[in-house]
Amino acid sequence: MANARLSRRDFLKTSGSLVVAFSFGPLLETAGRAAMADGAALKAVSLDQVDSFLSIGVDGTVTCYSGKVDLGTGVRTALTQIVADELTVALDKVRLIEGDTLLTPDQGPTYGSLAIQVGGMQIRQAAATARAALMSEAAKRWQVAPGELTTADGAVRTKSGARRISFGELVGGKEFSLSLDTGAPLLDPAQYRFVGRSISRLDIPGKVSGEFTYMQDFRVPGMLHARVVRPLAIGAQLASVDESSVSGIPGLVKVVRDGNFLAVVARTEWGAIRAAQQLKASWSDWSGLPDESRLWEHVRATRIVKNDITSNVGRTEQALPRAAKRLSATYDFAIHTHGSIGPSCAVAEFRDGKLTSWSASQATHNLRKQLASMLSLPEDQVRAIYVEGAGCYGRNGHEDAAADAALLARAVGQPVRVQWMRADEHGWDPKGPPTLIDLEAGLDTAGRVVAWHSQFYVPAGAAGTVPLVTAQLASLPHETGMSPGNIINDTALPYAFPNVLTVAHRLADTPLRPSWIRTPGRMQNTFANEAFLDELAIAAKTDPFEFRVRYLDDPRGIELLKRLQAFAKWQGRTSSKHSGGDTVTGRGVAYVKYELYRTYVGAVATVEVNRTTGAIRVKHFAVVQDCGQIINPDGVKNQIEGNVLQTVSRTLKEQVTFDRSRVTSVDWASYPILTFPEIPDVDIALIDRPTEKPWGAGEPSAAVVPAAISNAVCDAVGVRLRSVPFLPQKVLAALKSV
Amino acid sequence: MKVTLTVNGRAADLDVDDPDMPLLYALRDGLALRGPRFGCGLAQCGACTVHVDGKAVRSCVYPLRSVGKGKVTTLEGLGTSAHPHPLQQAFIDEQAVQCGYCINGMIMQAKALLDSTPHPTEGEIKDALARNLCRCGTHLRIVRAVKRAARVA
Repeated sequence: MANARLSRRDFLKTSGSLVVAFSFGPLLETAGRAAMADGAALKAVSLDQVDSFLSIGVDGTVTCYSGKVDLGTGVRTALTQIVADELTVALDKVRLIEGDTLLTPDQGPTYGSLAIQVGGMQIRQAAATARAALMSEAAKRWQVAPGELTTADGAVRTKSGARRISFGELVGGKEFSLSLDTGAPLLDPAQYRFVGRSISRLDIPGKVSGEFTYMQDFRVPGMLHARVVRPLAIGAQLASVDESSVSGIPGLVKVVRDGNFLAVVARTEWGAIRAAQQLKASWSDWSGLPDESRLWEHVRATRIVKNDITSNVGRTEQALPRAAKRLSATYDFAIHTHGSIGPSCAVAEFRDGKLTSWSASQATHNLRKQLASMLSLPEDQVRAIYVEGAGCYGRNGHEDAAADAALLARAVGQPVRVQWMRADEHGWDPKGPPTLIDLEAGLDTAGRVVAWHSQFYVPAGAAGTVPLVTAQLASLPHETGMSPGNIINDTALPYAFPNVLTVAHRLADTPLRPSWIRTPGRMQNTFANEAFLDELAIAAKTDPFEFRVRYLDDPRGIELLKRLQAFAKWQGRTSSKHSGGDTVTGRGVAYVKYELYRTYVGAVATVEVNRTTGAIRVKHFAVVQDCGQIINPDGVKNQIEGNVLQTVSRTLKEQVTFDRSRVTSVDWASYPILTFPEIPDVDIALIDRPTEKPWGAGEPSAAVVPAAISNAVCDAVGVRLRSVPFLPQKVLAALKSV
Repeated sequence: MKVTLTVNGRAADLDVDDPDMPLLYALRDGLALRGPRFGCGLAQCGACTVHVDGKAVRSCVYPLRSVGKGKVTTLEGLGTSAHPHPLQQAFIDEQAVQCGYCINGMIMQAKALLDSTPHPTEGEIKDALARNLCRCGTHLRIVRAVKRAARVA
């Protein structure tokens, strides 16, 4: 069985029935290995071929190959809805394979709220091309004009209904061998049966019953368990290892050392954990981190490598000094960690010099490149396969765990599973970098904004690939630049002020290895922009809704704000009310047009502030969102609820702490997140536009949360919070200063 | 050494090196169960929650030797996707999952609550789940699911 060879046709014929919930059925595995051994492509994977995205089995089962993966957001269900509708097949006829470098096209990493907007639309177009081809094939067989045909329920039929042939009979098990036609006609959205409806998520029954296979559950035969032993200080050198300290541990296979990379491999998971705990190693001192208490001075003093001018309207530098009233403020936003509830995990196996890596990476195609580079393997000798893990909110530790596993599998010559412990994840996953923002604006005597100038101090770099910590520790080939994500998005404004200058100062370094965390940059930048705008509205003595609408020339944005105003039953700024004792209630609004070209979202926060303790209680969020065509309304609402709660947590509570050597917030006690008694209620109104393009829904609504809270706190107690997280001591200090 | 555990009503023999091994690893690695999950290993997040004699415990720190003759119930012991327990069905009905990694703990902790307090208030539900962490922000749906289960029970 292990050496069985499957022809490409056999593979496609059987894949439909094989691939149920997981992308690693045994036969598929075998087929993949055979193809890798041949160095031959198993199937098309290029973005311009229908076969890259779709195949139809003899039984009519449609297999969709998606480079975008479900990170726990429900995208698997939404993509299934898209395919089923565009091909006019039943929902349960569609199977999805995700993020397998051998089988799926490289549609880019699953980030940036692009899985539906970009990935889903590529798949929809492939399905439209396939549907047209199916009709044209039937027309040829029946010698009728394609215009006389239509499709429904997995079959082509004549419009009169006289003749019918199923997709399986037409093309089952064969390739389309067809270029993706970007002009292939899409169905009229009025004909969709699934898109636009709250179809129940396909994965939930398995997830609530312990039947779903997460990455952390994934096993292969002969697999060993490993744990990594990270340096005591980030830049420490490994001086010596006392292997005798773990010699008594049952099942220990090997202590693996490669430069500063250190790990233990054992036959059992518990054996690996005990060995990692007991292993005695001595590390050199290292104290290269800045003083945490002077973090913002450090950021401000970091060398600027370039300035990105993200918008420049009018003559801001001349207009500002002439303004009747000038305001300036500095905002900052702490370092955050991803904090997935399941720490990163990966399995790696070498066979005949070829590596197969299973991980919950959001970017298996990039991971393949990185693993190949680290191990000096040709890229086609590495296969990276996605297996869903715990929620992934950006580039966390999955890729590093995959690299750990690959290095260890090579070292011991057997498949290895690496499970990071909590302290590995909190301590060593890459972080959302600290963000410092200076703002200055001028008003005229009528309270109109005449100029706006903002300066963002953020690390250099964009999305790309984050260097693998494994490769860094083992001194193997790796990237040297920083990849914090596209963090300069939403530095520019949606508002039409006469003079605007927004500049991102890109820094040469940042204290901890940076990466993107949900709504990277957009959240920090929108926090500063929308809270400072609130400061201006207060100075102009204008209602914050009216103030925003005054400067918008975008009908969808104006409609959204009007809808929000009504939905939240907004009654003007002076909503500050004593709710008894020391507690005061306030409300605040924030708005974003995501990346200035897509999803519109606005929110009104209602908060209670305790003047004695400084504690903020977020009571309620009202959110209105326009993300164009909605694929699954309940799925979108689930994402918005998640964005609000996760960002309330980040805004009120979260900051990575560190000393001069290491991260010190390494568990949930030192990095607390929002708990059940602290959650706000959330009400959501969606503006559905079935005939528009679908835009991202996974992260835009997070962008408005911190500013909405800051604005609500200011409404309640009259002080401005400009530093995330809004800890009680900061609230008390602000109250004392007025 | 040999250990006999009673899990979901069935006796299972296990070979273990260390009686202080947390129950979680016996369940996951020894018995190939997937309900109880590793989240922190510190009893801080609740993803590993199982019942021992009807009481919710954090299996990631619960030593095997403390189980003794106790009856262990995991998520799998409640129901299956084909025949879900009413509490599992309530999570499906409310679509109370995002990534779902924490959901084992939410269901097992809520089950312990409902066993002792069949009709909890919203405040009681939130207090009962106060030490169970969710990172996706599914809390509102989870509370609704527990309420629904209490209603249909």
